[in-house]
This record gives sequence, structure tokens and C-alpha cells, in this order.
Amino acid sequence: MSEPAVVHDQAVAKLALADLADAHLTRASMVMTLAALGVLLIVVSTIAMAFGSVHIDLMRAIADRSSPDHAILFGARIPRVLMGAIVGAVLAAVGAALQALVRNPLAEGGILGISGGGAFGAIIALVVFSRIGGSDVAIPLCAFAASLISTLAVYRLAQVDGRLEPFTLLLVGVIFNAFWGAAIMLVNSIVNFFFTHSIIFWLMGSFEAPTYREVAMVTVLGGIGFAILISRARDMNLLTLGDDEAAELGVEVDAVRRTIFIATSVMIGAAVSVSGIISFVGLIVPHIIRTSIGADHRMLIPASILGGAAFTVAADLIARTAIAPSELPVGAITALCGGPFFIYVLRREGRKSLVL
Amino acid sequence: MTVKLDKLQMSDTIKTTVNPSEPAPPQNHDSQEDHEGRRDHDDHDVRTHRYDRDECAGREDFPAPGAFAIRAIDLTAGYGDRPVLHGVSLDLLAGEMLAIVGPNGAGKSTLLKILGGALKPWSGSVELEGRPIGDYDRRAIARRLAMVAQENLVAFRFTVLEIVLMGRAPHLGAFHFETRHDLEIAHAALERFDLIGLARRPIQELSGGERKRVFLARALAQSPHVALLDEPTAFLDLRHVAEIFARFRELRVERGMAVVATLHDLNAAALHADRVLLMKDGVMAGYGTPETVFTAANLRTVYETEVHVGRNPATGAISVLPGSAPPRRR
Repeated sequence: MSEPAVVHDQAVAKLALADLADAHLTRASMVMTLAALGVLLIVVSTIAMAFGSVHIDLMRAIADRSSPDHAILFGARIPRVLMGAIVGAVLAAVGAALQALVRNPLAEGGILGISGGGAFGAIIALVVFSRIGGSDVAIPLCAFAASLISTLAVYRLAQVDGRLEPFTLLLVGVIFNAFWGAAIMLVNSIVNFFFTHSIIFWLMGSFEAPTYREVAMVTVLGGIGFAILISRARDMNLLTLGDDEAAELGVEVDAVRRTIFIATSVMIGAAVSVSGIISFVGLIVPHIIRTSIGADHRMLIPASILGGAAFTVAADLIARTAIAPSELPVGAITALCGGPFFIYVLRREGRKSLVL
Repeated sequence: MTVKLDKLQMSDTIKTTVNPSEPAPPQNHDSQEDHEGRRDHDDHDVRTHRYDRDECAGREDFPAPGAFAIRAIDLTAGYGDRPVLHGVSLDLLAGEMLAIVGPNGAGKSTLLKILGGALKPWSGSVELEGRPIGDYDRRAIARRLAMVAQENLVAFRFTVLEIVLMGRAPHLGAFHFETRHDLEIAHAALERFDLIGLARRPIQELSGGERKRVFLARALAQSPHVALLDEPTAFLDLRHVAEIFARFRELRVERGMAVVATLHDLNAAALHADRVLLMKDGVMAGYGTPETVFTAANLRTVYETEVHVGRNPATGAISVLPGSAPPRRR
């Protein structure tokens, strides 16, 4: 081979490689996307802190510690925005992870009945421990345990001949969701009227008056969960090819699956124990990110964390301001957006799976 | 042959560059030790490296000619308490191709799963490059052995290039991004299967034949020494079948890749494989060259139908044609 031919070949090959940078996830594109979503979250959060049933001046609230603005901002708005952000981040990240695990873009904590299980656990703990004390600790613990049991049961029941059937899984999840809803209503009808408000709160999902302690609890557990999910992001990519394929590419499938199930159950349990059932965030946010940016979980998980936070803070802003001074439950807002969205995705994916 | 496990998995030294235009030097088993377990993505090498397909290919580590690729000894296996395989043995050297043929339900796919380490046999053993496969962890197996399943479904909208890059996963740490070296290998794999034009397309938009080529390219990106292919040509048209066999012939010659494929097409097996394993009901009904195994008597027994065995006048390979209609049983 002559020298110029070699040089030419190299030039062509280099061009082709550089040309393909948009066909896969690169570190540069990931940093750009996450930075953009971070800015979006900051903007949405700032707006959400300024607006509400009463308008406050953020500058005065920060400058003047004795102003009512200061009290509203630090006593109500900031914990509420933080809670919305962290719960939304948890729900979206869990949604993205569960979708990878079951290879179905319709999986989500609420739809699969995991949140419902968590809410049931939380309500039982509330009713039992409110008399004997210690409900602060018992509610999240029971919520984790119940969501983990619910996850495992749904997963086990959805297996047909050792294989996970996507539509069976959805069906089992929907049934669990309805079952937990009925169980909660049953508890509601036999306990003291005093608990009814709390029970409705868990069913509808709301960020009403969170404490900094609750925010800290969800932030710590959510943060640990985020770290675990991000560290398994590449394995999630491989799991979408199938269990056997992932194993042939070096993934310890059972161990990864177990890790993700436990992490997501704890995350959902933590979120549900403070905010109740907020559906569809885990469906909408990962889906939008996947179709607009890409399916690689190394970016999808962190982008869902930021996007889920921004989405939920915005939804809560609508919940607080739409019929001010009254309030809508934020879970109703997300479900109102999410129901039609779910149908849209189901129609789209359903058609496609016939082609596959 | 004894190879120390720590060497197998931890070796980090920069390997010697093999120039594929020259035949690799003959190596005895001792020097072959130095060729195993190499990680080929060290950053130093990547930074100073200029892209050149030949050189790039040379930087992947190839098995020595004549080295054992994969060997199975007296495998018995099954699911639950239902036995599927009885006493199956095979061995394959670097650069060879083995075709596993037999009627539906003969245990071909089960055998492939065992060879890939995905299923544990009840008894018997599998050796990958001279060591029991149980001595490797999953990632170490994945750096040496790639498997392409019969069906290739992907739930999400990954691009073709992303799917092919997934083949690099066993060579990368959990938090590493693909290096330029990994991209070069993926690019070469795309090129080999004529997929460059499809690189940025979502995998769902591809036809069955295109998707099959993507998964073969993904397996190639693993830089495996052994490729296990489950019905690689099912549902493909004649041209694509010929192309896929041609690509694997190149890979066998260029880099000593050993190929094990389950095939329904006896003529393709006779034309392309060095050895064939004829199976029926989990038992070996014949093992050896196509000439010795594909006899009319063997095939009649295994497939329970009349066959005509002749020679393809163009290639000289054994050709198998259906004989007279089978007698209606019972």
C-alpha cells in the first residue's frame, strides 16, 4: 500500500468517527444536558418560592429577617419547594430504573402498586403507632417494608415460565394498585375519624407543610438511592437487551436486580411516607428525556433526577396557585397530566411491540 | 496447561502489538499465558494512538493459532428434573467453526447456553481457553466470549452505535466512558457489518436483518476469542446469509476467532463449518467433518426423513436435499 493511500484512509476514518459523536452519549453532551436541566430546576424553584397564595418579595425576605416575607419563605416556601424537588427527583429516578429493570417504558412506582403498598404501610404505622408513640420512625420504616413486599410480589407474580412478561407485569401492577387503594379505604372506614385527613393525604399525595426534618430524611435516603442507581446505570443499559444478553456481557444480573429493587423500594417508601402517592412523575419525566435526549441510563438517571425535581416543583406550584387560597393535591395534578400521557405511551409502544 | 487466575484477570501490562499482515508467531502454551486476560483500553496507549484500522485491529489481543478455544467434556444438563443433554463433548481450536445441527428440541440452544456459562451443567465441564469456565467471573468470560441470541429485542430507543458500544462494557469500569479506542473498535465492527450508514438510527426502526447485523457487530465489539451464535441466519435472505458467513470467515482467519453456531441449514453448515455436531434428543449423533457426519444414513436416522446427500458442483461441499416424501407414520 502506498503512503498517500494510508494517510487518506486515516483521514476518512477520523472524519467518520468524529461524525458519529452525536450517535452516542459523550461526556461533553452529558455535562451540557445536565447543566441545562440544573438551570431549569433553579429557575423553576425560584419562581415557586416567589409565588403562592400570597406573593412575596424574595429580596426583602432574604434581607429583612423580621419581615413576614422572611417567615413565609423560610417557614413554608423553602421546605415545600425542597420537598417537591427531592420527592420528584426520587419518583423520576425510580421510574427510569424500574423501566430498565422490567424493560417496559410504562413501569412506574405508582402504576406498579409500589407506592400504594408504601402508603398502606405508612397508614398502618400511623394508626398503630400514634397511640404508643414512635410514629416518626415507624411510618417510613413500614412504608419501606410494604413497598419492598409489594415490589417483590408484583415481580414474582408477573413471571410466566421464568420470564418477565411486560404486559402481565403491568396488569399485576394495576391490580396491586387497586388492591392497596381498597385496603386503604377499608382501614379508613374502620378507624377513628381523626385519621381520615391523613389517610386522604396519603391517597392523594401532597406537599402540605413539610418539616425540615422530613426533607432531610428523604434527602439522605434519596441521595443514597441516587448514588446506587447511578453506579448501576451501565448495567441498566445492558439489562434492556435481556437478562441472558446482559449476563453474557458481564452483568451479575440477579445481584444488580436485587440491588435496584431494594434501593427503589426504600426510595419510594421514603417519598410516600412524607408526601403520599404522587403518580405518573416516574412515567412522564424519563419518557420525555429518553425521547428528546437519549436512552443511555448513564445520562437518563441523573437527568431524570433533575427533570423530575423541576417537573414536580412546577406541578406543586400549580397545585398551590390554581385555586388559591385553596389548594389542590399535587397528586391530582400529576395524575391529570399523567393519565392521558400513559394512554398515549401505551398506544405508541403497543403498536411498536407488534412490529418488534 | 496451568494458568494462574490472578494473571488471567489482573494482568495490566501493555501487550505486544500483533501485525495481522504477518502470521502470528507460533506459540507454545507457556507463552500463550502472556496473551490471556489482557485489558486493551489503557489510557496511555489511547492518547498516543493514531487511528489506523490495521494497527487498531492489531492492538486487540488474538489467541495463538492452534490454541484451545472452547472444549466441553461429557456434558449432561437439563431444566428442573427434565434432562436435555446426555454426554455431549466437543472441542474447538482458535479460528475454527463448529456448526451444531439437529431437529428442533435436540438441545442445541441449551448446549450453547452451557458453553456461554449462562447455564450450569449437571455434570461434565466446559473449558474456555484451557481453564474451567467456572474459574472466570462474568466479566472475564464476556471479554473472551460473545453470544448472539436468536431473538434480538431492545425495549428502548438506543441508537445502533450505542448498542454496538455496549459490547465494550466488559472492558470498561463502572464509571468509565468509552475511550477513543472503544469507539474505534465499535466503528470497525460497524464497518465490517456494513452498518456505518445506520449508526445513528434507533434500533427499533431497523429491519430484522439489519438488527441481526447490529447484534453481530455488538458481539464483535466485545473483541471475543469465541463467538456463540444461536441461529444467526434464521429469517434472513440468501444474500445476507452469505454475507454473515463471509464476515465470520474473515474474523476466523484474521484474528483466530472460534465460532460455534447452531444452524438449521445443513448446506450452510457443510459449506462453512470445519466440524459439525449432529444432535438428536440431547445425544450426539455424529461429530466430525461434514463429510463424515452428513451421511445419508446419519441424517435419515436423525431427521426421520429421506435425504439425498451429494456434492455442490460449485463449491465441492456436501449438499443435502430432501429425498422422497416420508412414509406416513402410524
